[in-house]
Amino acid sequence: MTQQFYVSPEQLMKDRADFARKGIARGRSVVVISCEDGIALVAENPSPSLHKIGEIYDKIAFAAVGKYNEFESLRQAGVRYADVRGYSYDREDVTARGLASVYAQSLGAVFTAEQKPFEVELAVAEVGATQAEDHLYRLTFDGSIADEHSFVVMGGQADKVSSVIGQGWRGSLNFADAVRLAINGLVPPAEAEEQAKSLPAGALEVAVLDRQSETMRGSRRAFRRLNDADITALLA
Amino acid sequence: MQESTANQVAANATSSFTEHLQRDRPELLPYGRSLQAGVPAAAPLQVPHATTIVAMSYDGGVLMAGDRRATMGNVIASRRIEKVFPADHYSVLGIAGTAGIAIDLTRLFQVELEHYEKIEGTLLSLEGKANRLGAMIRGNLPLAMQGLAVVPLFAGFDTSAGVGRLFSYDVTGGRYEEREHHTVGSGSVFARGALKKLWRPNLTAADAVAVAVESLYDAADDDSATGGPDTVRQLWPVIYTVDSSGARRVPESELAAASRNVIEARTIAGREA
Repeated sequence: MTQQFYVSPEQLMKDRADFARKGIARGRSVVVISCEDGIALVAENPSPSLHKIGEIYDKIAFAAVGKYNEFESLRQAGVRYADVRGYSYDREDVTARGLASVYAQSLGAVFTAEQKPFEVELAVAEVGATQAEDHLYRLTFDGSIADEHSFVVMGGQADKVSSVIGQGWRGSLNFADAVRLAINGLVPPAEAEEQAKSLPAGALEVAVLDRQSETMRGSRRAFRRLNDADITALLA
Repeated sequence: MQESTANQVAANATSSFTEHLQRDRPELLPYGRSLQAGVPAAAPLQVPHATTIVAMSYDGGVLMAGDRRATMGNVIASRRIEKVFPADHYSVLGIAGTAGIAIDLTRLFQVELEHYEKIEGTLLSLEGKANRLGAMIRGNLPLAMQGLAVVPLFAGFDTSAGVGRLFSYDVTGGRYEEREHHTVGSGSVFARGALKKLWRPNLTAADAVAVAVESLYDAADDDSATGGPDTVRQLWPVIYTVDSSGARRVPESELAAASRNVIEARTIAGREA
């Protein structure tokens, strides 16, 4: 008969958290910045089709770092949640707060109950009519939720990237400035010299939530993914 | 064990909002509930019915137009109902039949297309959209058998072929591609007659709007369930055009002008029809 060793809950949770942190630290960072024109989401991602940034609903976007299969299933669950809610109530009843709380609950449940925690970190962003009404939520693997202002940085070198962005962030940034600032943060300063030129549009994934999508594009869907040509044009 | 997990994951991976609802929230579907089984509908239910929709191709795209009347037996249930809707960026649909179910079905179809786009990251092909709509109409068959039928007309711009296309449906979900023009609803016979005389190949978008307004005028002339242009309340048909740049709602001012032209021309002619 095998003896079950006693492991204290503190130790168990710590081991799980360390495991998840290690997984997340391996990946590249993602930056979400609230600015004058709306919200910019920038990720370093060489794949043009396996996205880290996605549209959830009219005014809501999603960004993630970590294991693709895990955050992709969360993204799809988020789209389903939002669409069911918007279909059964009304489109304006879908909010980032509601979605973030559902994510927090599912991440928390997986962290305590499943074999292994999700190795992901998520950001849920909702663009408002004014910058003060923007919402940025950051969700970690254990289900903790944080209501952030101005910007969110997640992933491997989050601390370093975050200090660069923190220094450069102003409320009056437009999309071009915000994306430039994000790239400055994502590219380590030591490599910036040669990489600033060699980090081409193809290595970036950029999407924005337009604050004025109704008047600018006649669409209530604020999310717009920028292709390589758009990114080059924006940064030119 | 592993294989069954993989199968389960594959089976659960759906990009369809309708399938998701069917599985998790069937009570939210507009169809799927049968009225009391086995009880034949003695008299048709008194519910609002949406009426005439016309659609036609023109040079570079397709157009769809609907009048503004819903009827309930001999009563006008609504003078302002809108029966033509954008389905997504490149397609529109118009509905005739039981208004309550049709409007919910439209909402479901719009979410279905947007949901697919968000999950998959690409737009559904025009054929794919037309097939999905057919499946929804078939889902409504039990209710259609009891008198609550919905018959849509679907038009969109096929971005891969670069042409506008038109699809009609029957209550069993049968899908038929139409050429040139098509009409559905109670006034469709009269609108069709007008279209046969007015429609020409390679119409411009503005001419097509004029043809649509006139054919709806003819339908309203002979069908009591179709509403004509209402100059007192300033109500004009709803018209959408779809071309390579997407679906666009024709502004009220253009529709008012087109409607007044028809009324004026007929007043001057002063003939019986």
